Amino acid sequence: MTGSGVQRSDFAAIASWIKPDARVLDLGCADGSLLRYLTEQRGSIGYGVEIDDDRVLSCVKNGVNVIQGDIERRLGEFADASFDYVVLSQTLQAVRSSERVVREMLRVGREGIVTFPNFGYWKNRLHVMGGHMPVSDNIPFEWYDTPNIHLCTITDFEGFCSAYGVHILERIVMNNDGGTVRLLPNLLGSLAIYRFERAPSLVTT
Amino acid sequence: MLSENKNSVGAVTPQKARFDAPLALKCGSSFAGYELAYETYGTLNAARSNAVLVCHALNASHHVAGCYADAPDNTGWWDNMIGPGKPLDTNRFFVIGVNNLGGCFGSTGPLSPNPATGKPWGADFPVVTVEDWVNAQALLADQLGIHRFAAVMGGSLGAMQALSWTIQYPERVGHALVIAGAPNLSAQNIAFNEVARQAIITDPDFHGGHYYEHNTKPTRGLRVARMVGHITYLSDDEMASKFGRLLKNGKLNYSFDVEFEIESYLRHQGNKFSDYFDANTYLRITKVLDYFDPAAAYDGNLSLALEPATAAFLVVSFTTDWRFSPERSREIVKALLDNRSAVSYAEIDAPHGHDAFLLDDVRYHRLVAAYFDRIAQELAA
Repeated sequence: MTGSGVQRSDFAAIASWIKPDARVLDLGCADGSLLRYLTEQRGSIGYGVEIDDDRVLSCVKNGVNVIQGDIERRLGEFADASFDYVVLSQTLQAVRSSERVVREMLRVGREGIVTFPNFGYWKNRLHVMGGHMPVSDNIPFEWYDTPNIHLCTITDFEGFCSAYGVHILERIVMNNDGGTVRLLPNLLGSLAIYRFERAPSLVTT
Repeated sequence: MLSENKNSVGAVTPQKARFDAPLALKCGSSFAGYELAYETYGTLNAARSNAVLVCHALNASHHVAGCYADAPDNTGWWDNMIGPGKPLDTNRFFVIGVNNLGGCFGSTGPLSPNPATGKPWGADFPVVTVEDWVNAQALLADQLGIHRFAAVMGGSLGAMQALSWTIQYPERVGHALVIAGAPNLSAQNIAFNEVARQAIITDPDFHGGHYYEHNTKPTRGLRVARMVGHITYLSDDEMASKFGRLLKNGKLNYSFDVEFEIESYLRHQGNKFSDYFDANTYLRITKVLDYFDPAAAYDGNLSLALEPATAAFLVVSFTTDWRFSPERSREIVKALLDNRSAVSYAEIDAPHGHDAFLLDDVRYHRLVAAYFDRIAQELAA
């Protein structure tokens, strides 16, 4: 659910985590820009999953492998541990069953990477304090016309991870300029990026 | 008249290639001295790298695009897809259509004379397979000086040939466009084929397949076979919206003449088809479909069957296609993903059922066009 005008500063952060020549599955891959970037920068072998006709077409134009389908229904086709990384870039907030999608990410991939707009960002809080749902670069939709049904804050996401056996490996929080936020990330960061794996206790051998 | 259609390849001339070396067939026998009818559109480039093979489905032929100078209304069966500026752009690609072995449009088939008897082969023409067809197509490519196809493309049974190419001749296929295809037929698919075959074989005019000698043809059987087939090409919704319960003459006659529009339509399709198609060819092509199952040699494991493939794939299905449903295409996609092959898959939301692969649909055509753009860019690089 990419805001088309939004600068995708998360691409470079994600690329910095991805080992060369890795297999990457991008769920909700939009026009395939991230996969193309990862292929060019990291030699990734990538596939995207995308439901929208126009975006599937854009992927083909971009020379990116794309599988048309609903990421909430079609991930069963991907074999266990068949990817090094499964990426969910700015899509977590738009899926119906966030828990199931994250679980599937960690079945199909050795590691998962998610990015999402931080609802706890101070400007969003100001909007709400002013009596309105936020509309911003990161969340560019009116409440009545939005794909985002599960917006969350950084604190919410980390609570979710510890409750559902998701072991966070790395986190980068960014502001709107793409700069890294270290101080009070849940207040000052607008975009959160996580790399995670299954918590060791849940890894079956 | 021809010049009015600027996007047509215009008047084309079918050609024939002769093969004298025996072709080993999957059934165990071999076949010597045959001809394949084919057409080409566009120009083969100096590097001989821009050739695209288009494989036909059940009832089509080598006449894929354009028309004939003496028959301007005889338009190729995929003319909306292939031509100058069309998704498969003949300004950039050299496109080949071929009538398969056993066909009835100019290639050697049951209608051709059996050299041993001087009479038409009829029932004695061997039962061929997708693999045999692909082998024959490869020999045609050799004659045309094409070592490697930029792409092999087909819909339905044509998709099966494209898939088989990537297994049989992996080094000779750059891309495979597998449209409205399936990795094999379901029991239901085979059942429909068997009804069609029984309609033909039990027609008193069939004469065990040697009807040519009796100066007759099993027209009634072929007509019913086509009517059954045609039902499977359309979706329930498409039939409902096109015909519904419309009556031909506005009222019921309490008789067995044509009353509903759908009856009239099916009879028309059946009559037309039985005029121009040969029953022995039809029987054999239904067997070609039934037998295709590349995974069979690998205990049903399609991923293993597709392991030799090095082509990049575009797999396309249509949501209302119940003959070769999207699930069947996704089996192919899954196998390709298991093998880490390059693959893109699109599921086109179209109302027309299996026939959608032949129809003009903007989402479908712009996708195929984009895919061929990408192939053209690769060739230019």
